[in-house]
Formats: sequence, structure tokens, C-alpha cells
Amino acid sequence: MTAPVTTPAAAAPAAAGQPFEPLILGFTCNWCSYRAADLAGTARTKYPHNVRLIRLMCSGRMEPEFILEGFAKGADAVIMTGCWPEDCHYRIQSVKALRRFIFLRRTLADLGIEPARLQRFYASAAEGQRFADEMARIVAEVKALGPIPPETRVALAAHPDVVASASQPQEVEV
Amino acid sequence: MTTPKTGVYVCHCGTNIAAVVDVEEVRDWAASELADKGVVVARDYPFMCSSLGQELIENDIKEYGLERVVVAACSPHMHEKTFREASSNAGLNPYLTELVSIREQVSWVHTDKAKATDKAKAVIAGGVYRVSEQEPLEPLIAPVNSATLIVGGGIAGITAALEIASAGYPVHIVEREPSIGGHMAQYDKTFPTLDCAACILTPKMVDAGAHPNITLHTWSEVVDVSGSVGDFKIKVKHKPRYVVEEDCTGCGICVDKCPVQVIDTGFESGIGYRKAIYTPFPQAVPKYPVLTPENCTYFAKGTCKACEKFCPVDCIDFTQTDEYVELNVGNILLATGFQPFDARRIEAYGYGRLPNVFTSMEFERMSNAAGPTGGKIVLRDGVTEPKSVVIVHCVGSRDKNTNEYCSAICCMQSLKFAHLVKEHTDADVYECYIDMRTPGKGYDEFYNRILDEGTQFIRGRVAEVTDSLRYPEEAGCEGRLMVQVEDTLAGVKRRVPADMVILSTGLEPQPDATEVARMFGVGCSSNGFIIERHAKLAPVATMTDGVFAAGATLGPRDIPTSVSNGAAAAATILSRIAQGEIAMEPYRATVDAERCSGCRICNDLCPFSAITFDEDAMVTEINPKLCQGCGVCVAACPANAISGSGFSHLQIMAQIDGLLSDTSGGAGRHAEEAVGATA
Repeated sequence: MTAPVTTPAAAAPAAAGQPFEPLILGFTCNWCSYRAADLAGTARTKYPHNVRLIRLMCSGRMEPEFILEGFAKGADAVIMTGCWPEDCHYRIQSVKALRRFIFLRRTLADLGIEPARLQRFYASAAEGQRFADEMARIVAEVKALGPIPPETRVALAAHPDVVASASQPQEVEV
Repeated sequence: MTTPKTGVYVCHCGTNIAAVVDVEEVRDWAASELADKGVVVARDYPFMCSSLGQELIENDIKEYGLERVVVAACSPHMHEKTFREASSNAGLNPYLTELVSIREQVSWVHTDKAKATDKAKAVIAGGVYRVSEQEPLEPLIAPVNSATLIVGGGIAGITAALEIASAGYPVHIVEREPSIGGHMAQYDKTFPTLDCAACILTPKMVDAGAHPNITLHTWSEVVDVSGSVGDFKIKVKHKPRYVVEEDCTGCGICVDKCPVQVIDTGFESGIGYRKAIYTPFPQAVPKYPVLTPENCTYFAKGTCKACEKFCPVDCIDFTQTDEYVELNVGNILLATGFQPFDARRIEAYGYGRLPNVFTSMEFERMSNAAGPTGGKIVLRDGVTEPKSVVIVHCVGSRDKNTNEYCSAICCMQSLKFAHLVKEHTDADVYECYIDMRTPGKGYDEFYNRILDEGTQFIRGRVAEVTDSLRYPEEAGCEGRLMVQVEDTLAGVKRRVPADMVILSTGLEPQPDATEVARMFGVGCSSNGFIIERHAKLAPVATMTDGVFAAGATLGPRDIPTSVSNGAAAAATILSRIAQGEIAMEPYRATVDAERCSGCRICNDLCPFSAITFDEDAMVTEINPKLCQGCGVCVAACPANAISGSGFSHLQIMAQIDGLLSDTSGGAGRHAEEAVGATA
């Protein structure tokens, strides 16, 4: 499937006339979602170029700091992907990423970043098509959101203490 | 810290990468733009994985004194090992080599060359940044327990068990039915040779039952699996047989005396009977019968005990309960097989509603001389021989409403059925097929033989099997079945009158396949068959080290393939046992006791019980033998006291910075866009 080419009016970036091309960091686990990405490749399934992947062993390895670093350094969105909870190579660890996801979306809102810029989905090693479809969906959504205002990014990068404190999910009362 | 000297190697992969990514541009970019990150040499090569490509890297390591290597090529799941070994050959710690994917993640999924080239650069930058933070690691060495667990006692499992046991190592077969043998024991003949299935299977069953190195756990199920490659701990539930195995002689008097007869939906596929205490078939291994309390008069009413009264060795024990045994094994083979497609799901074919519509398993039992009809092919009334038989192919296969895949065995089993019907009766036989698939050895010759025997072939998927007559010329067919099918070769619709219809049902995963896969930590495709580590090059390994799979648990396959699978898995397992130890990726979490505050946040996070708390020192400890390296505790530690080798905080933060390095923290990219807008 090819990238959706529709550019909603709301997505008009600061540089008028140039379609906004978001840059998205995608985290995968080693066992399911990275292999889904591999399968999308092997099957030559097309998806938008905007996503750049980082392989972790488990989606539960996700540190909140990685996400905040990503936003601070220029990502327009971050995607957390991993095994379906019942298929997790590490039994139940992919579920632990969910807690951080919920917490982080809230933190991001406090920092002035739309929660929809943090996305997550599951993909098994057999779901190359799903991986590509989800990537296309998320890129389209982020395009509709438009770029993150530079001042938001600067504020995020300038406050390492925010980043540090956010990496302690245990302080959250969920 | 000084920046380590790094080499970057960009692979063309023939044209797989080079057709979409401008590899020369990427190479030059890496050499100039990543120089401040330590890149001292950048090269491209048509096939980096070739021996010449690897030599290129090895020579550079020696010549430039490279401390890090980044190869931009295919997925690390493909060639990470190759390049690590190349580095190792040149004296560089293998873990200081990073393989980044610009094929699966770039050239194969993107079409815009400029964008793909930009992304390839970013991906390489991510790799260079990340590997600079990598520390040398040594693989973990673990001993391999020489015992093997085989789940499923069908032909694949039996084959593997005999190979491993004959090499001198212990094997445990866990089978949930009362006997080993699997589906093959139910068949009459095997295509294309028409060997009697029992004649070729039962000697192997007997060998497995008698082998000193094989322990059979029949009427049993695996209920828990822990540990990892080389050292699995297995909990097996022995369901009560209500028969004391040590005393039972297998004389069968209890079965004869049992007054309760029930339809045998198991071995006899619902067309025969068994007693409440029974052995599924005469050649069962082991020979001990099984009593099913849901059928037993004593369990229902508290009286009867006929079996107990007549047992000459007093081995009936109504008080038995589930027993659990623990096994320690080094490797596991899943050979759990298939279940036949439930033909009721296709209502138009009338199975379960029209009595003379049979499934392939019913026909197998019927044509078997040891089966309920003594090998007579008769209608559901048990006496009438059919005059006309229609065999319907692809029932539950090659059908988007049920299963999209081809079940691989149905064409051949249908041809076998045609032969058996012709052999036992005078009936006309029709085969309604979509495509005739006979790719095995001797298979097409068998097809020609069946053609010569006079079976009629109609190319078309059957639309309906009905007992209602629709046209005047069907007068006289009252009480028979009509099979409606489009003959796509003749271009006409046909209604074929039949006394018996055999549905050649496809193969599906066992109903609990996904739960079993989950328990053993292996992946299943959406249809429920286990996913191989590699479809071509590792067809009996799974994604989980030490767990293998063979036979129809991987997908529909015939007996020769299942046997090959079982033997292949046995060879792989034997090679690991012979090595005595196994090298594992050194991705483990470790605690820096100095930094651990003893908060215990991590203590509950580990599903492998690798994390314990030292009450005296008030710090957390991680057992590297149990740690699987997921890194959840690393992410959770508020004091950054836990680090994960291979996927450390610094490495991943560096990779993030590398992947986003073309944005200059966001400003650069937007500036670029602005330039683009004015151009």
C-alpha cells in the first residue's frame, strides 16, 4: 500500500506551499514488530518514508526518556510497537510498555505536545501488511497535526530535569 | 572519551538496495559528514556478505585499526552473525559491529529515491552513533541438558524421538491421547504407494515404546514451561487412566466386560463405538486402557465396577487423580500436528445434515479393515453399497471464507479414496477439483493411474450438495444426493447424482495451537500454525532458541514431509547436545550495587524470576542465568543502577540522536524546508 498523499488543509506548515513531511521515530521489539517490518520489506509492501526505526529487545525496554529525547531532537511523533501481549517473547513485558505509554501521553500533554504524537500498536512477526498499514495511518495523522512549534521543542530540550523526572514512571498514581 | 575509529560499509545487495538508494552518495556522505563521529573509512560493495565483501571489512580493521564497524545492508536477522564473525576474524570484538537495515527498512519499502537515500543516511548515522557507545561483549556460554522433550507422538514426533534416543540421549514424549501414533494410525492406506499405514507405523510405535531412552507420557499434557535454551523445566500433567500401569498386562478383559458403549468421536471419527474403558486401537502403545469417567456408570451412579471385578491383576483404581511430574530438558520439539477441518462449517455441503455426506477421516476409518465397518464401503445405514460416489476437493482449503491456504494433502488423499472406492465397490467415482496438485515423488504417476482406473474428473468447485431434486430429468433420483458443480472445462453446470459424497477436508491447527505456542514462547501466524525461524533455511527451528517444531504443527504437510521434519529437528537437536554447551547473546541486565537504592521497584517486573533482593546488603541482584535480556527493569530503575548490555541507555539515546541528526534538533530540517519552499 502506498502512502496517503492527501494533505489536509490543517497540515499547512510554516513554510507555506511545501507539504509537511513529518519525521517519526518508531521503536520496535526484536521479536515481533521488527520482524513485521522485515516482512513488510521482504514482501515489498510500501509505506511512507517518514518513519525511522530503532530496535529494542522488548517494547518494555522503552524508557520515557527515549521519547522525550526524540521530541527534543526533532521527531514529530514517536511510535511504540511490540508483540501482541499474549504473544510476547518475554511473556507479559509488552504490557508494561502500555503503562508507560498512558503515563507519557499525559506528560506530553503537559509539555504542550499533542498526545496523538505518541502512538502505539502491536504487530506479530507475521503482520508485515499490518505494520505498513499502521505506519501509513500514523504518518497521515501526524501530517494532519502539522509540525511541533520550535519553541515547544526548545523548551523541552532546555529542561533536562523534566526529562529526568519523567523517566520515573513509578511516581505516577495510575 | 575519544571517538572510536569507525568503518562504514554500504551494500548494494545487487540492485536490491542500489536501485533505490544512491549508495555512492551515501558512502561519500558517511565519509565526510560522519568523520567527526569517528568514521575514517566508508566503502560500498555489490555484495557485502560475499567473502570478498567480508575481506574488505577484515582488511580495513587491520589497516585502519578500526574500533567499530557499521554495515548498512539487510536486516540484522539475516546477516548480523556474518559480519560479526568477519570482525571477529580480524580481531575486533564481534559486538562492536552494527548491522543497520537499509534494505528491508528502506529500499524494499520506499520508492522515492531521494527520500530513500536520505533515510539510508539517517539510518547509518543512527548505527554509527549507537555503536560508538557499544562495549565489547562476550557471548554467554550455557550447558545443554542432553534430555529432549517431544510434544506430540505422531509420526513426526516418533521419528525424532527414535533418532535422538538411538544416539544415546533421553527423550520424553508427551502425548495427550491414550496412545502414540497420531493421525497416521487412523489412516487405511498411504498415498501414493498404498502402503498400509498401520503396517509401516506400528513397528515404529513399538520401537518408541520399548526404547530404553524414550519415556512415554501418554494421556498427559504439558502444563508449564520455564527456563530457557539448554535448561528448560517442564511440568507434565498425567491425567488419571484409572488403571495402574505397573500392574496392567493389557489383556483387555476390562474392555470386554464394560457394559457402556459410546460413540468414539476420537480415533473412529464418530463412525464407530468404544467402551467407557478402552484402548483406542489394538496396536496402541502403550497397551494400557484408559477409563473416561464422564462415560463410566460407576462415576455416574456409584455402582458397576465390572472392570474392577473382572480384572485378573486388580489394576483398576477409581481413586486416581491428576499427577504432575517435572522434567528437565535442554531442547524441545513441538510436533503437535493438526486437526481436520470441521466440514459442518460449510453448510452448503450438508455434512451433519445429509447422512451420506462423509468426511475424509470418516472414510479413512470406513475403508480400514480394522475399522467399524470392517473395511466395507457402505452408506450411513451400514449395509448399502454406493453406486455413485462424488469426492469434493478443497473443503476448508483455498477458500477465503474458511482457509486461504492449500492443505497440500487433499488432492492425493482424494485420489487414494477414488482408488479405494473402485477397489471395494462397483461404484462410479467422480472427483470435483479446482486444480490437481500432485508435486510429490510418484504423485503424478498415481494421478495417471487413477485416471486409467476410470474415475471421472470434473474441474470445478462444488457449489452445493443437496437431497432435493430440481429438474424433471432428475426423476428416479429420489433419496439420492445431487452434487451441483460448474464443469469449468466443458463450460456447463452439472448436477451429479450420488449415493455417497466424501468431503476431502483440509488441515487446520489444533484447536489450542495458540495457547500451546504461547506456553512455549513461539510465534504463530494468524491462522495458528507455528512460524519457522526461517521459511527456507531454518524450517524446523522457531524464533525461540531451543524450541523446534516439526510436522503439521508448522502447516499442512504429508507423511514424507512430516518424517523429514522430525528427522531434521532431531539432527539439529543432536548437534546441540553434541556441542554440550550453547553460546547465547550476552544481552543481560546487571545491577550496579553502588547505585542501587534498594527501592525494589524492579523486583516485581521480571516474569522470569531473575530479580531477587539481598536483604542484608539491601540491594537488588539479577541472576544472569534467568535473565532473558528484555530490559524492562533497566527502563524502570529510577537510579539508573541497572544497565542492559547491548541495548544500553547510552546506545539507544545515541541512536536517537543519530537518526535525527539531519534535523539539528528540529531547526535544521525546517530551515531546509523553508529553502525548498523558496526554490
